[in-house]
Amino acid sequence: MLWVLLFVPLAGSALCAALHFAVLRARQAGAAHGGDPAHASHGPGEGLATLAGRLACAAMGAAFGLALLSWWELASQPALLSVESTTWHWIEAGGIDVQLSLVADRLSVVMLLVITGVGFLIHLYSLGYMAHDPGRAKFFAYLNLFVFAMLVLVLSSNLLGLFVGWEGVGLCSYLLIGFWYEKGWPADAAQKAFVTNRIGDACFLVGSFLLLRLFGTLDLSEIAAQNYHLLGARSGELALAALLLFGGACGKSAQFPLFTWLPDAMAGPTPVSALIHAATMVTAGVYLVLRLNPLFAAVPGVLFVIGVVGALTALIGASSALLQRDIKKVLAYSTVSQLGYMFLGLSAGAWSAALFHLVTHAFFKGLLFLGSGSVIHGMHDEQDMYKMGGLRRAMPQTFLTFVAGAAALSGLPLLSGFFSKDEILARNFALGGFHVLLWGVGLVTAALTAFYTWRMVALTFFGSARYDEHHVHPHESPRVMTVPLVVLAILSVVGGLLNLPHVLPGAGVLEHWLEPVTRPGNELLWRGEHGAPHLSAATEWLLLALGAGIALFCAHRGFRAYTGGPARDEALRTARPEAARFLEGAWQIDRAYTTRIVAPLVAGARHLAQRFDLGVIDAGVNGAGTLARKLGTSLRALADGQVKHYALWMGAGAAALSILMVVL
Amino acid sequence: MSVPTDHLLALAAVLFALGVLGFLVRKNVIIVLASIELMLNAANLSFLAASRHWSQATLAGQGDPMGGPVFAIFVILVAAAEAAVGLALVIALYRLKQSVALDSVAELRG
Repeated sequence: MLWVLLFVPLAGSALCAALHFAVLRARQAGAAHGGDPAHASHGPGEGLATLAGRLACAAMGAAFGLALLSWWELASQPALLSVESTTWHWIEAGGIDVQLSLVADRLSVVMLLVITGVGFLIHLYSLGYMAHDPGRAKFFAYLNLFVFAMLVLVLSSNLLGLFVGWEGVGLCSYLLIGFWYEKGWPADAAQKAFVTNRIGDACFLVGSFLLLRLFGTLDLSEIAAQNYHLLGARSGELALAALLLFGGACGKSAQFPLFTWLPDAMAGPTPVSALIHAATMVTAGVYLVLRLNPLFAAVPGVLFVIGVVGALTALIGASSALLQRDIKKVLAYSTVSQLGYMFLGLSAGAWSAALFHLVTHAFFKGLLFLGSGSVIHGMHDEQDMYKMGGLRRAMPQTFLTFVAGAAALSGLPLLSGFFSKDEILARNFALGGFHVLLWGVGLVTAALTAFYTWRMVALTFFGSARYDEHHVHPHESPRVMTVPLVVLAILSVVGGLLNLPHVLPGAGVLEHWLEPVTRPGNELLWRGEHGAPHLSAATEWLLLALGAGIALFCAHRGFRAYTGGPARDEALRTARPEAARFLEGAWQIDRAYTTRIVAPLVAGARHLAQRFDLGVIDAGVNGAGTLARKLGTSLRALADGQVKHYALWMGAGAAALSILMVVL
Repeated sequence: MSVPTDHLLALAAVLFALGVLGFLVRKNVIIVLASIELMLNAANLSFLAASRHWSQATLAGQGDPMGGPVFAIFVILVAAAEAAVGLALVIALYRLKQSVALDSVAELRG
């Protein structure tokens, strides 16, 4: 069944690709018959393109159904910990035996439901969002292919298969960021994402080689079941492997110092940002750490690094979102920041809390991206929030759902984001020591998050209209786009029920569900789950109240400061230009990369092209030719056509040879 | 007391040198061909001298006494063929240039 689940999106992708070529041929034929390219929406092949979108949605619907089935298979039999599919030997070489098999355990099933569920909603939404794009059959082909690669990533039973999916989602991300490559800058953004990810992927590969050397296997469950206490002397190697794998996660999940590609990735169509760069692909790094939780638990130093990187990324992301003008940029930096939270949770050994935040984040960030897409769609491709304002009247459904997502993101009490964020922070606080510092950073980030989220809501939907009302007529999006918004809004509101804090009734559903997966990690960290430091009920209530208070206060401040328009930003830009530039440029990290790494590389490459290539390689090749010609010119004097001279040379040669033979 | 092998080899060397000299200094193609014959026959002489040398009773078994005459016959064969081709070339050359002087032929100058 898992194979069917895997190949449904692949088949959808192949069909969409075939339809894309059919559309192209029809369009070409239509143009040959004098068709009018201006009326592309009624032109030849448009029916086929629309069919491709529907097929892709149907494939996703089927995949979601199959994911639900595999979830039910696990949920209905508590003793069954994983569903495994047929196994083939893929690579058998020496001591290595890599199998081609799929495994759905309790962690994979949660990921499956998120990928196919949120993916299905986003596919539906794309039907409306991309309805007028001439390349939409190709778009759906890529989107389905992405889902296929993501499923390979979460279903593979070994690191190698996981890596195949890992690269596959990277490829689809590249293709979809650069979907509108004719504009120029999306192509650059796609390249940047790809190259930045490649740094992480190289780390990932070296890390898995190290694991292979340590354990002689790439099988994920075998790696998880290793006896880490016996490694003793080789724990340095183990730590290096874990660190390198985390480096791979840094690339894919946009953590410091490799996060700079994610804000640029917003060049892709908005549904892509929602699906790939918020809900699913960027969480692959979190999935990887969760999947190998015993490995990371065995090397507390690496967990510590993860915590520092996560907290730093959360802070950088949240502070950089404060002054952005582009609505998608705000959400992109917010995503970077929320991913930092997830890693913060992992570093505290709060595995289920990280997954919980991953799930709720997929709901509310997917929702916010789709909402922002709806706004952009309604505003005729305007992304600048300074040119919006007062949209709540024009697009009420988008407004209401967006507010639900914003409330969840900012952690307003009782919404999904509130509980998931609070659990990560509480677990860090409970650990004590250095983690209290990380907790503090997380709290500051939460405050910033609430502020920028409600700034965004105020700038977009409240205040007076700052667009040209004679030319732009904002309108509500079609139903096919608003229905996914409503579904995701409901999920964002009630998603907290998945894993309520311990002080509430019905707590820890996800934690118990995930227990078989996280048990080895917990045992390594604190000899079983119950050894984990626990907070007293009073402290937990206090932390919940503190989180709620901060979120409410900052949300209120952010909202109040910007209902009247972006005046406060302008004031800050004039009063503190340095600070404003620092925040807008994401701490100038990207610029530092551009000036310190990219520019010298480009200069070096140009130098190589102009000096080395022309001066050494080309000169060598040309020199060989010139030498041959010069030698020939000087030697042709010998061939003067006089038989006697030839004979003389021949005789001289023979004499020289015989003298040589005598001498030697 | 027969002629010593050394003397025969010296005579062959002198004949060969005369052939080389004739080849290099004479213009007439026919003389040049004759010089080539001279060099071939100098070689034949040395073959036969060596053959006779190896067939002496004191050196029996150390060399093949029949090798020399066989090679000499081969060389004569080749020389006949060469003379046939060479003389045909001379006739063709004469038809082309109305001359048999080698200096007049430098068509292959590079």
